[in-house]
Amino acid sequence: MIQEHLPALQVVVPLAAAPLIVLLRHAGIAWALAVAASLCAFGASLALALEVARAGPISYAMGNWPPPWGIEYRVDALSAFVLVLVSAVGALVAPYARRSVAAELPREQHYLYYAVHCLCLAGLLGMTITGDAFNLFVFMEIASLSMYVLIALGRDRRALLAAYQYLILGTIGATFYVIGVGLLYLATGTLNIADLAARLPEAQATRAVLAALAFITVGVSLKLALFPLHLWLPNAYAYAPSAATAFLAATATKVSVYVLLRFYFTVFGAPLVVDALPVPQILIGLSAIAIVSASLVALWQTDFKRLLAYSSVAQIGYITLGIGMATRDGLTAAVVHLFNHGITKGALFLLVGGVALRAGGVDFGRLRGLGRRMPLTSLGVTLAGLSLIGVPGTAGFVSKWYLVLGALEAGQAWLAALVVLTSLIAVAYVWRFVEAAYLSEPEPGAPSGEAPLSMLVPSWVLVGACLWFGLDTSYTVEGARRAAALMLGNAP
Amino acid sequence: MSAFASHYTYWITVLLMAAGLFIVVARGNLVKKLIGLSIFQTSVYLLYIAPGKLIGGTAPILSAAFKVYSNPLPHVLILTAIVVGIATLALGLAIVVRIREAYGSIEEDEIVAADRASGDRA
Repeated sequence: MIQEHLPALQVVVPLAAAPLIVLLRHAGIAWALAVAASLCAFGASLALALEVARAGPISYAMGNWPPPWGIEYRVDALSAFVLVLVSAVGALVAPYARRSVAAELPREQHYLYYAVHCLCLAGLLGMTITGDAFNLFVFMEIASLSMYVLIALGRDRRALLAAYQYLILGTIGATFYVIGVGLLYLATGTLNIADLAARLPEAQATRAVLAALAFITVGVSLKLALFPLHLWLPNAYAYAPSAATAFLAATATKVSVYVLLRFYFTVFGAPLVVDALPVPQILIGLSAIAIVSASLVALWQTDFKRLLAYSSVAQIGYITLGIGMATRDGLTAAVVHLFNHGITKGALFLLVGGVALRAGGVDFGRLRGLGRRMPLTSLGVTLAGLSLIGVPGTAGFVSKWYLVLGALEAGQAWLAALVVLTSLIAVAYVWRFVEAAYLSEPEPGAPSGEAPLSMLVPSWVLVGACLWFGLDTSYTVEGARRAAALMLGNAP
Repeated sequence: MSAFASHYTYWITVLLMAAGLFIVVARGNLVKKLIGLSIFQTSVYLLYIAPGKLIGGTAPILSAAFKVYSNPLPHVLILTAIVVGIATLALGLAIVVRIREAYGSIEEDEIVAADRASGDRA
């Protein structure tokens, strides 16, 4: 009975937890509920992933209205993979948030933080699991609106401006998406994603369909912060509360990448997007600029959190680069990097939150001598930093390896060179942390002592995951390969 | 009827879309930007609803008396989109209130200047 309704529960549990938290208004109970809901969502996503691996895609008719009339929830190899990432990060950030939020937010806002955390989780999971293009828009707005709130909860007054700017750009992005879906609806008369895919070939390449593709590309690119639509991201990540930054950086842009993949390869299909239109060339060009320029800008940041935010823009560039190659290895690389970058950035921002708690901020002045003051945290940042660079033995290496393979398979050796050379810039910005933490004397009177265990353990679970998935790639690469095969239409 | 006149809803949609987006980009006042954003979103409501209406069509009532029906689905979709639009506008205005409390202004250039000034002091 529960097994049968898992796709609905996946979203409903965190969605129902949010209003419950607001009604109860108690910080401790709110936290416990948020952790429980996040863990339930994680359990559900694992069960769904196992079921998909065993028996193939799951289709769930919401309210027993059969698709395409009702809203369909659909779990296949790609969405199961993303569901596991999002819910795992949610389940790690929720317990972590207790101490971090207690230190960064005024007491009367604590329960609101947890309510919004659950809403955001529900929105992101809903975007991933739904098989209905308009339902996806609704979940996108649930996730986005809660993200604006999460960012606006930041202590600094600049968080408000960052949230406002993200609200404007995010809403433009979502509206572009819904314009695109509207045009598709006019061309085909359906909103169900599978049904759209089946009916589009009849309407192939009319101007309405091409305009829909353009609107959806721009709208979703705004959400996933593809260069040059990334301007909202650095401020939003830099001024949001630490726990919120870690959650958003690891999941929000990744789910948007998933939406882009879904529309390119399931709805429109590779023949239109890859062969008939210059989408791959545009994506590769923009990704290359994103990787180089954002990595260079990251180098000059004085605040470590901002540095990591710019590095996110560059890393998203690697993901879209993989999409642009549109080959089997390229798509595998994109999906693997979506996962690996999620856990790497998640680990980094969680650890940085611990530093912010103890040192009051994470500009490079306060990081001096951190290796002695917070040895475990510094070691974690260094290891996750190695994964960010892509050193062999870490998760980041696996994604870069497949990116290089994909570039060579596509016959674009310069892209392989780009991936390798820009990793050197990553070395430089990670080195800035190592230099500050290990090679500088701490300033006299600088606060010392590790972050509390409730924050250190979730952070180190993700650091451990960065190393584990660097050595054992059976889950990530196999999952991504299945997803890539599904997207290119030769699913086993 | 000429193609221009018979598609007049599309022209209105496009006009609203462009006007809304222009206000968002060109205005520095945070409230005016939100108004532009609302106009932009409103244009989408029209984009969905107008094609669903058939001239002479009724609501989809199963009866021998009616032969021509309007499509009810876009109305339902846009009902949802209106709720989303209201939520976005409300949240945006709430953030603007807090920005005004924190900065004492809702003009973008003054806020950016205030941030730069406090950044120099720090």
